[in-house]
Amino acid sequence: MLLILQGDAELWAIVLLSLRVSLMAVLISAVIGMPLGAALAVSRFPGRRGVIVLVNALMGLPPVVVGLLVYLMLSRSGPLGVLQLLYTPTAMIIAQVVLVTPIVAALTRQVIEMLAEEYSEQLRSLGVSRLASVPTLLWDARLALVTALLAGFGRAIAEVGAVIIVGGNINHVTRVMTTTIALETSRGNLALALALGAILIGIAVAVNALVSAVSLRAEHEGLTHA
Amino acid sequence: MRDLSAETRIGLEALGLRIGRNGGTLLDVPRLVFDGPGPTLILGPNGAGKSLLLRCLHGLIKPDAGQVRQDGAPLGPAQKARQAMVFQQPVLLRRSVAGNLDFVLRRRGMVRATRKDRIAALLAEGGLSDKARQSARSLSGGEAQRLAILRALATEPDILFLDEPTSALDPAATLAIERMVLRASAQGVRIVMVSHDIGQARRLAADAAMMQGGRVVEHGPASEVLETPKSEAARRYLAGGLIL
Repeated sequence: MLLILQGDAELWAIVLLSLRVSLMAVLISAVIGMPLGAALAVSRFPGRRGVIVLVNALMGLPPVVVGLLVYLMLSRSGPLGVLQLLYTPTAMIIAQVVLVTPIVAALTRQVIEMLAEEYSEQLRSLGVSRLASVPTLLWDARLALVTALLAGFGRAIAEVGAVIIVGGNINHVTRVMTTTIALETSRGNLALALALGAILIGIAVAVNALVSAVSLRAEHEGLTHA
Repeated sequence: MRDLSAETRIGLEALGLRIGRNGGTLLDVPRLVFDGPGPTLILGPNGAGKSLLLRCLHGLIKPDAGQVRQDGAPLGPAQKARQAMVFQQPVLLRRSVAGNLDFVLRRRGMVRATRKDRIAALLAEGGLSDKARQSARSLSGGEAQRLAILRALATEPDILFLDEPTSALDPAATLAIERMVLRASAQGVRIVMVSHDIGQARRLAADAAMMQGGRVVEHGPASEVLETPKSEAARRYLAGGLIL
């Protein structure tokens, strides 16, 4: 606890790197996952059901396996080896994007599909076509989508398996909260591990509080379906 | 009373409309013409096909056979753009009251300053000026339906369809809606409204159509259909309605 209170520089560098990597990953996942989920919600094509099942299943991807796959892609002999991204924060962001994008896409699909059903006749009456309705639906589902993004952030910040494989847990470079906790615990440096653990739990609680605050506001304003 | 000349209003015609499901007939309308001056009310019991007919006329449902003609032309995007519809349950966007109107006006390519003035005028017309910034989803049932009508009118339609817009409202809210409908009609908008409220038909309708089992059993001046119905179905429906 003393470490937190004293504002230990190394500790805060680790926390900041964690936040930077995970926030970036969520941002990229939002840009990819939200339009993808919305398009999936309003489009009709053969095999759509299958794609939805696949995206839902990808929500539960084991982080270690994602780490392994991203590692293989980025390693020197891998297809993206020339980029020399392995053991960099960028590699960690890529791994987290792979983990978070399905979550964002699947939750977006669910939210938008419900909203699209409710809006369908009204929007068609106003002359808005199916695909043209996507921006309207995304905007009107904004509060529910924030919840989806926070869920994705929760997954990213707490994840250890993928980032330790592709990041390598290098001191001052790719060491984030979760990987540090794993390392310091095995080394017996419980003080640092506990301090980081406390911060991580604090972030988890804050994110959850934010989620419930947002959904409470959504409910209050009649912005959700419940 | 309502003596606006018929030629200012766009005519609407349904020809050979038919919708069937599982061998049964949901809608069978050989010919129905709306070319009179005042509001048209479509009456009939639940399941008579009133809402289905309205959706066909508005192009939301494609009939198995037949066609809708508006001003002599078959129903296409250009024709639909001159129609608007208000639903039984108002579907309001999750935005402010003003935002719901702005959505429609922006789609019509109106510039910001013009939109602002138009929104203010519309809100005043619907008695919602003090609620402009409020979330549309927090409006009462009557206010929500008024906003839905304002939003429909914001498209400046030639034809306004209303599907039982007052069925969930109390008398005061119903009266406010009816006033808006009559005002729109007086401004030259063709009104086609589904209702199961005979009193409402007496208050609003210039002509009335009675539906039963997917068919229009009677259509004519409201005074005739409502006071001296020719069909047995209309007589029964009116008798039942009077007991209510």
